[in-house]
Amino acid sequence: MKKELFIERILLFLALSSIGSLLIITVFIFWEGVPLIAHTGLKNFLLSSHWAPTRGHFGIFAMIVSSIFVTLGALVLGVPLGLACAIVLAEFSPDRVKTILKPTLELLAGIPSVVYGFLGVVWLVPLIRDYLGGPGLSVLAGSVILGIMILPTVISISIDALNAVPDLYRDGSIALGATNWQTVRRVVLPAASSGIITAIILGMGRAIGETMAVIMVAGNALKIPTSILDPARTLTANIALELGYASGRHREALFATGIVLFIIIMILNFSATIITRRR
Amino acid sequence: MRLKRRVRSMRGFVRLNMSRTYIYRKALRIHFSSYSACRTVAIQWLGLLLLCCLAVVSLGCRKEKAGDTICIAGSTSVQPFAEKLAETYMHTHPLIRIDVQGGGSSAGIFAAQQGAADLGASSRELTAQEKDLVEIPIAFDGIAVIVNKKNPLNNLKLSQIRQIFQGDITDWGDFNLPPHPIHIITREEGSGTRNAFEELVMGKHAEITPIALVQDSNGSVREIVADDPYAIGYISMGLVDPRVKALAVDEVYPTRQSVKTHTYKLVRRFLLVARELKPGPCQDFVNFILSAKGQSLLEAEGLVGVED
Repeated sequence: MKKELFIERILLFLALSSIGSLLIITVFIFWEGVPLIAHTGLKNFLLSSHWAPTRGHFGIFAMIVSSIFVTLGALVLGVPLGLACAIVLAEFSPDRVKTILKPTLELLAGIPSVVYGFLGVVWLVPLIRDYLGGPGLSVLAGSVILGIMILPTVISISIDALNAVPDLYRDGSIALGATNWQTVRRVVLPAASSGIITAIILGMGRAIGETMAVIMVAGNALKIPTSILDPARTLTANIALELGYASGRHREALFATGIVLFIIIMILNFSATIITRRR
Repeated sequence: MRLKRRVRSMRGFVRLNMSRTYIYRKALRIHFSSYSACRTVAIQWLGLLLLCCLAVVSLGCRKEKAGDTICIAGSTSVQPFAEKLAETYMHTHPLIRIDVQGGGSSAGIFAAQQGAADLGASSRELTAQEKDLVEIPIAFDGIAVIVNKKNPLNNLKLSQIRQIFQGDITDWGDFNLPPHPIHIITREEGSGTRNAFEELVMGKHAEITPIALVQDSNGSVREIVADDPYAIGYISMGLVDPRVKALAVDEVYPTRQSVKTHTYKLVRRFLLVARELKPGPCQDFVNFILSAKGQSLLEAEGLVGVED
């Protein structure tokens, strides 16, 4: 009995410490970042796009907009591709194909982001510069790379959602004379919609949080991008770029950027949880 | 034999399984019944974790025995050179260990002020509030303005460079070249190289245009300029290689001679700073850097020495 109690305590201990570290991180980010927001004012911080921390200007509006642009771009490219892939794998392909293709796609998630970034710089950026114009390092480059990076998330969660639809629905639809495609489009997809939306939201979270690849291919300029060929700096890129040298207010400003990012990702994760639960 | 082992392991599995569900039940009960006890435990844990973090941070620069270790922290531009110097110095002084860390100029100066590092390395000049530190210039570094090999331009005036980086001149057409937008590449805010560039080129009020692409190292600026025929950027002179072209500024090319005589205008100093320089290994190391041997080491790495 004593041994049981001992193990019990250890497990509890471990569980609490993981929650504890999350708590510490949260408290720390806010502790470091809130003074800066109080100093510049929330409105100035969020809605000004003048970022010159060594001169005392802390506006992150351009980065918020850039983050949204790059993420939307990634969704535009990644979601149709990922969803199509998931439908083929879950509904139309024989088991043998599935057993090969699914692990291969999941392997995509195992490639380090710096490798994606490197590929982007060496390969995609010159292509964009030579054929579309602009400096090459751009919102478009960031979106394409992120679109590929979110594929594994979107695909695997969508497949789970599609597999969760009972076969009864499919059989019923086929029995009514619908073709396979009609069944998928009119019956299976609507039934799996909440799971698919969750997949998209989690993919979005991944895209917003990605740092290394975006720093390498998006150009990191501070201007609000007006076309997809303009360079842009995302929130994550801002933190990672400047943290090495930041001190004082500048450092606080980077933590404050972290707060904004934290809140955005919390909102995304919460809405994903709520949508999944609603089903 | 094998069967026996399997049976035994299965028995173990069953037992483990039972205790597992038991623990779950128990854990749940604990969670609901004695929430406050949990909270105390949690707070204790938080404290412990925090302590661990602090310990790790303070251990980073711990002195093993007073005087045996010299800790240098600061500018990432100075870091590779400081490492080289430390390596050579430790060869001849096997009893002394020198730790070289990065972190940036500001962090290095701060560490020196706090006494967390014996020497801070800075690639920017000290501000008025930092002037209470002892500063030891160890080398000059020229900042080269670079363009792509295909760019026929060879010379820019200092004022033209300012206008380009300010965003007033945006097209290569203004220099009698085929018209094409200029792609400006700069370093991130806070970088020593950028700081020096701003001081030397931009002056007090001009800001680098927000259109400029931002890269986080000399290397990646060079990489992009080597790749993009319409780019212009600036890097440390020692890092210019044949794939990019360093421009003359006001008709003076960045060379060792022109940096030393200050005829080339974009020159910054690399400094070591300290709260005080007491006689001892630290002083000895600084003397080594300023000696002929130390200076020639720096010159071999592409810097320009301070001593003649």
